[in-house]
Amino acid sequence: MAEPARAAVGFARLLRGAGLDVPVGATVTFADALAAVGVVRRDGVYWAGRATLVRRPEDTDLYDRAFRAWWERTVEVDLRQPVTRTITLGLDTGDDRAAADPDDDGDAPPVDDVVSVRYSAAEVLRQRDFATYTPAEFAEARRLMSDLRLAGALRRSRRHRPTRHRGSRPDLRRTVRRALRTGGEPISRASLAPATRPRRLVLLCDVSGSMEPYARALVRFLHAAVVGRTRVEAFALGTRLTRITRELSSRDPDAAVAAAAHRVVDWSGGTRLGEGLRAFNDEWGVRGMARGAVVVILSDGWDRGDPELLAEQMARLQRVAHRVVWVNPLKASPDFAPLARGMAAALPYVDEFVEGHSLESLEHLAEVVAR
Amino acid sequence: METVADVRAALELHQYLADEGLATAIFLALRLKRPLLLEGEAGVGKTEVAKVLARWTGGELVRLQCYEGIDAAQAVYEWDYSRQLLHLRAVEAAGEAVVEDELYSERFLVKRPLLRAIAYEGEALDAVAPPVLLVDEVDRADDEFEAFLLEILSDYSVTVPELGTFRASDPPIVVVTSNRTRDVHDALKRRCLYHWIAHPDFERELAILRLRAPEVPDTLARQVAGAVAELRELELYKPPGVAETIDWANALAALGQEQLDEQAVDVTLGTILKYREDQERTRAHGVRELVAAAAGRGG
Repeated sequence: MAEPARAAVGFARLLRGAGLDVPVGATVTFADALAAVGVVRRDGVYWAGRATLVRRPEDTDLYDRAFRAWWERTVEVDLRQPVTRTITLGLDTGDDRAAADPDDDGDAPPVDDVVSVRYSAAEVLRQRDFATYTPAEFAEARRLMSDLRLAGALRRSRRHRPTRHRGSRPDLRRTVRRALRTGGEPISRASLAPATRPRRLVLLCDVSGSMEPYARALVRFLHAAVVGRTRVEAFALGTRLTRITRELSSRDPDAAVAAAAHRVVDWSGGTRLGEGLRAFNDEWGVRGMARGAVVVILSDGWDRGDPELLAEQMARLQRVAHRVVWVNPLKASPDFAPLARGMAAALPYVDEFVEGHSLESLEHLAEVVAR
Repeated sequence: METVADVRAALELHQYLADEGLATAIFLALRLKRPLLLEGEAGVGKTEVAKVLARWTGGELVRLQCYEGIDAAQAVYEWDYSRQLLHLRAVEAAGEAVVEDELYSERFLVKRPLLRAIAYEGEALDAVAPPVLLVDEVDRADDEFEAFLLEILSDYSVTVPELGTFRASDPPIVVVTSNRTRDVHDALKRRCLYHWIAHPDFERELAILRLRAPEVPDTLARQVAGAVAELRELELYKPPGVAETIDWANALAALGQEQLDEQAVDVTLGTILKYREDQERTRAHGVRELVAAAAGRGG
């Protein structure tokens, strides 16, 4: 093997070990790049790798560390990013208390009462509060949840579709085709009408400690939404913002939710809604993702941050979004009043305020979103 | 063009200051004949890269601006139906028979940017360099369009069913830009070389100002670069990009400023900060402090 090729393969292997996704094609390109810039200068090699092996700015850190290790031949360094905490969502195993409170040693045994009337279980479940679910019920609910389909409200698309109605835009393409049939005389005229397509749907789910009883159900819901259609984006909001669309896009719900939980390092931590929303607005939303989209925020509004900041960010979000829907699981309780500081600050900028504590209310949410 | 340094020098000659990373990415894109995907904040000069490449190589700049709902008819080709209909009538009037092939020939084909960049050779045999194809803000287009783009960028050929296949004899230089409002699909990224353009540091921004706004007095240029560096640390919604820096320096120079002062900043803030909230935040932070810090940084 030529020198650049050997070096490229070695480095690619190191990067893969460090957790970077390096397809074989990229290694080949990297080898070509090394041949072009030469392997003598450190900068040249560094940037050749950056251009060919890194495809997201977030991976730069990992690349830098791997590169340093490789270039200085100190490969022993553990390159894996420190994983602060791994949370397993015990959804199917019946071990749901452990998921609800990771610090709990398990002295409170899970209550495992089975719903006795089998045929109406679904009906009962639909109205039950997620917080009171037993593991068995949760497993049942999961199945029901995967039947939920979310579709954003329709908007007019730039494209046009053929129509039978007269009076809209002429469809010259089909008119010419038909004219050929009649010896060049355009006797039958074809028309076009604007097509419609669903709006993008953006889901922001609060995963702080106070939302714990609902978060695992709602993350399932996010998964059903992401898998169900293509124009959905999902984020977890805690002390910081984490995009989990990629993690949730796996077909297997357990694998997807586990991947999302792994990705969200601040699961069950505090909430700073204002800062999370600000990060969303800055990084994604105002740039384009939230423009004309239906934005759904799933949160109880308990916020340890600055309510003014939250109000300001909600205002920004509402200015670009088609509609902002706030889902608060606590709203279902009869004595609920939006007293949580964050909730009170955000409400003026919310177009729809709905419950989200049970399957039935999530079905209702699906209707609201499609409106 | 033999080394990365040659690329840097050539770009500088055509009014673009690239750092080592960007120059390497461009060098490799040219050498390996791969598309170059550029991401970065708005206003850091992504689009400018394609323009300067066109100026440098002498190839025609073919620009495809992406937007939601863009499709083949706007990106690749469309038949000129009105002319086809006219032609039909003319042939008929002359009492001749209509031949379908006649209608679907190149004279009725409207070439959109992607086809123009690929079917270049026939149009201008005297042009030496291949065109520079700029696919701007690809993140605004739909996913399906990306798949379509990938297909074209993979073998640089386009098939028009009625006419045949166009294949680029000399592949165009392709620059794809994205503002990252969503992730560009991995398959497309794999096809491309990738570079993230960051905001320039003080020294490079000053160099860019000197190059792009030579009539701005030196002290003012230094202070503007300093003030912009300061502004980027203020957690603004939209930190100023290089384009705004140049505009601001030009605006201040047009007002006859020799150096930055509080009043001048106050009246020209709109050229550099385009959000009311950002202007308010800057004023709350203190224009006087900004000017002082700029003088400190700019010397």
